[in-house]
Amino acid sequence: MTDLAASPARPGRFAKIARSVGLLRESPIGMVGLTLVLFWVLIAIFADLLPLRDPLAQAGADLLTPALTPSPDGGHYWLGTDDKGRDILARLFYGSRLVLFWSGFATVVAYAVGMLMGVAAGYRGGWWDEIISFIGNVFLAFPQMVLYIVILSQLGPDSSAGQWLAGEGFSTVWVKGLTIVLAVMFATAPQVARIVRGLVLDLKTRDYVAAAEVRGETPIYIMIVELLPNARGPLIVDACLRLGYVTIAIAALGFLGLGLPPPDPDWGKMISEVRGYGTAAANAMIWPALAISTMVLGLNLLADGLREISLRD
Amino acid sequence: MVTPVLECKNLSISYYTRAGEVPAVYDFNLTVNPGEAVGIVGESGCGKSTVALAIMQYMGKNGAVTGGEIKFLGRDMRAMSDEELRRIRGSQIAMVYQEPMASLNPSMRIRDQLIEVPMIHEGLDAAAAEKRAIELLDAVRLPDPLRILNSYPHQLSGGQQQRAVIAMALLSNPKLLLLDEPTTALDVTVEAGVVELIKDIAKRFGTSMIYISHNLGLILETCDRICVMYSGQSVELGSVKQVFDQMRHPYTRGLFQSIPLPGTDRFAHPLVPIRGQLPLPRDRPTGCTFGPRCDFFQKDRCGPPQHMQEVRGDAGHQVRCARYGEIDWSAQVHQGVQSEPMQPGKVVLQVKDMKKYYEIHNNSLAALISGRGVRYVKANEKLDFEAREAETVAIVGESGCGKSTFAKVLMGLEKATGGEVLVNGVDIGKLPVKKRPQGLISSLQMVFQNPFETLNPSHSVGSQIGRVLKKFGVAKTREEIERKTAELLDMVKLPREFADRKPRQLSGGQKQRIGIARAFGGNASVVVADEPVSALDVSVQAAVTGLLTDIQRKKRTTMVFISHDLSVVRYLADRVVVMYLGRVMEQGTTDQVFAPPYHPYTEALLSAVPIADTSIVKKHIVLKGELPSPMNPPPGCPFQTRCPRKIGAICETDLPEVKELAPGHRIMCHLPEAELHQMEPVIAVARKPVH
Repeated sequence: MTDLAASPARPGRFAKIARSVGLLRESPIGMVGLTLVLFWVLIAIFADLLPLRDPLAQAGADLLTPALTPSPDGGHYWLGTDDKGRDILARLFYGSRLVLFWSGFATVVAYAVGMLMGVAAGYRGGWWDEIISFIGNVFLAFPQMVLYIVILSQLGPDSSAGQWLAGEGFSTVWVKGLTIVLAVMFATAPQVARIVRGLVLDLKTRDYVAAAEVRGETPIYIMIVELLPNARGPLIVDACLRLGYVTIAIAALGFLGLGLPPPDPDWGKMISEVRGYGTAAANAMIWPALAISTMVLGLNLLADGLREISLRD
Repeated sequence: MVTPVLECKNLSISYYTRAGEVPAVYDFNLTVNPGEAVGIVGESGCGKSTVALAIMQYMGKNGAVTGGEIKFLGRDMRAMSDEELRRIRGSQIAMVYQEPMASLNPSMRIRDQLIEVPMIHEGLDAAAAEKRAIELLDAVRLPDPLRILNSYPHQLSGGQQQRAVIAMALLSNPKLLLLDEPTTALDVTVEAGVVELIKDIAKRFGTSMIYISHNLGLILETCDRICVMYSGQSVELGSVKQVFDQMRHPYTRGLFQSIPLPGTDRFAHPLVPIRGQLPLPRDRPTGCTFGPRCDFFQKDRCGPPQHMQEVRGDAGHQVRCARYGEIDWSAQVHQGVQSEPMQPGKVVLQVKDMKKYYEIHNNSLAALISGRGVRYVKANEKLDFEAREAETVAIVGESGCGKSTFAKVLMGLEKATGGEVLVNGVDIGKLPVKKRPQGLISSLQMVFQNPFETLNPSHSVGSQIGRVLKKFGVAKTREEIERKTAELLDMVKLPREFADRKPRQLSGGQKQRIGIARAFGGNASVVVADEPVSALDVSVQAAVTGLLTDIQRKKRTTMVFISHDLSVVRYLADRVVVMYLGRVMEQGTTDQVFAPPYHPYTEALLSAVPIADTSIVKKHIVLKGELPSPMNPPPGCPFQTRCPRKIGAICETDLPEVKELAPGHRIMCHLPEAELHQMEPVIAVARKPVH
């Protein structure tokens, strides 16, 4: 590589991440959060390497078995089985991939749109601000669940947009997933935009912004290069919280039957599938519920920890 | 012998941070006698505010007194209980902070904030407390105390707020008043009034005072004794006269040599910056803390830790220097590098009758009905002046005078409402920066005020300079950008490695140098410097003004220097434009403006500037009233509401003509020429200046 000048920056970046984690050590709450989140992230990444059963394979005989039931193949159903005899542990662990992927994807999209809306409204002001804030307020005026249901019912696989996507070769999972991403974007981006707008209103009075204006930079350059990077501190904290909310929302949609199509193991859906069996399904319901809460709790605690270390100096 | 009001003995104070214990102040000794005013002076980070907080026993969670004692009226405050301390704070010891708006509760009326002091500390009832509050508001010379009592803080001006805070501090007749930069946030003419008041209080109430400031001139005006601090220690202590006239510590002398006193001149008598930087608390040398920056450093003498010692033959004068007796203090008074004055060239910038009005839209129903929906703020009215190549023109005025608005029009961030702004003969007053050709943009650049905001904290120094070079087409390829960036860093005398640093790794002065490098990156022919040194410590100020002069000489740049600080202006500028409420009151060469005949406003401004020189005799002109709002300027002459030389009705009705008293020296005033010529100088030097 001829790019010698750029190479010193690399170890700098790694050192920076290492330093941030080092700082987080001082916040016990943040470390608990980081541990919980890392647990699920590592599970999602390495699910294939773990000795798990096939999450879709149905064992006809062992339905709704409790945890630690011996299985016919000589092992155990560590967390029991669901109403179709599928291994709950395997479904949970493989399900973490779906949950993390779709909630992460949805949050990133919502954030990208929200940041652009917020920075434009905050920096340009005037009519830009009026229009963007008005659109955002319209979406914020709906109860979130109602908004999700309206969007998902209008844009599902049966809608024209869904059929077009299907015609383009997207599988049902992708069509469903993308509509969820879209719904999350409509519900979340206005909230992100509000935060970013507030931060930008303060940042744009700084002299370095005036310096950029004075040398004739375009508004786009100023927004992306001068303003947004300096809003990142509070936004990273907010993004952690927001990812937790989106995880809950996607689980709730799965529970309502509006989530990803069967038979993929989505945590919300895992609960709703067995809820008809009442107390007999308590074991099958408690595990996915625990999975959702540990992950969301982890994200919230991580956000608290990040906020704590950012306030201290 | 009288008991001192306050006695600090071998005091040391530390902060506890993530990185461990940081000693902020150590081996600090200070005695304040009854009725005495003691000044503590030093640059940022020297520990002067920490001392004040320790005296209040108000260190916060991460600070603590780690050694020594603080005796208040003979009793050690460290042994007092929280309850006792609470009783003393506010009644026996009171404090006035820098930001008046931050010391007053914005949601409470002044009345409620004032009367609670005697109610809590002395158990007075509300009526008696209010009577006392009115007396004190009167004592701090606030007009109409009843109206003030019923106001909320935001309804008062900055000067009025600070007076109210001082009244609050005096309510329980404290023995000791701590003032931490009480006038730094105020305009000069308002500051002059508050300083008068502080001096008066000391006399009338017999209150002892500790006055903390970075401004030596203010200490001279207010204090009997002075303590100079450097890097957590006191380095020199004595009466104001002893320290100002016969300073015996090299740091004190360095400070005096780096402030622009009358008699300094950027060519013949340039300021002498103190080299190096204030060491961080953990990098402090074990011996003399000033050693690495001192010209008189000798390893064997200055290596071991230094202690305060009495100056021989000068009672009450202490200094922390091993070699004070060996230094020839009369030699090397000015060791700055002298240079030839610059010869101004052709006219580069011409401002002709420039106007800038802002429209204020009032969308209320009442305004719509009465048809007064739009009002105008006349930020600039008939601005008229020119600047030549290699010349520095200063625009001087207090907040709201329109000096920053003019800069915005010049830079293309605002459009002029009328008149012309010609740069090399081309009118750019109505040309926004978007429509300006690249060559014009790069020839007109700006240096900003606040070093902490001038650089984007997210990007490296090199990339920020590089962006300018690329944007202005000075350099295109990567190698070229790197080479030119290095050259610019050389020009502002910073190491080339700084290109890889982030702004937070730089000190204030270094950031300001990068700001200067950025402004000159595209070969600017006109550079607007908006208070470029006002946020810097004095020793750094001297270095930055020197740098600006050097670069200007090399590049023959026209500088428009915007400032409220007349001392810096006198030092740096060739010509001066004095503005008040959007209008030019006086303009001329620096010599013309700083000598009579004056415009009455210039006269008041000059008398308000504190000067740290005991040989200077100043006329004291304290302006009455407050700065009017530019939204609602007075009719006639804008200065008539505060003018001490107002001659009558004509000032209230007619705008004065501009009189040309000497070639280039123009004054807008109704005073007859003969009377203007009879004015006496505001500043008289008892001793001959070092010209």
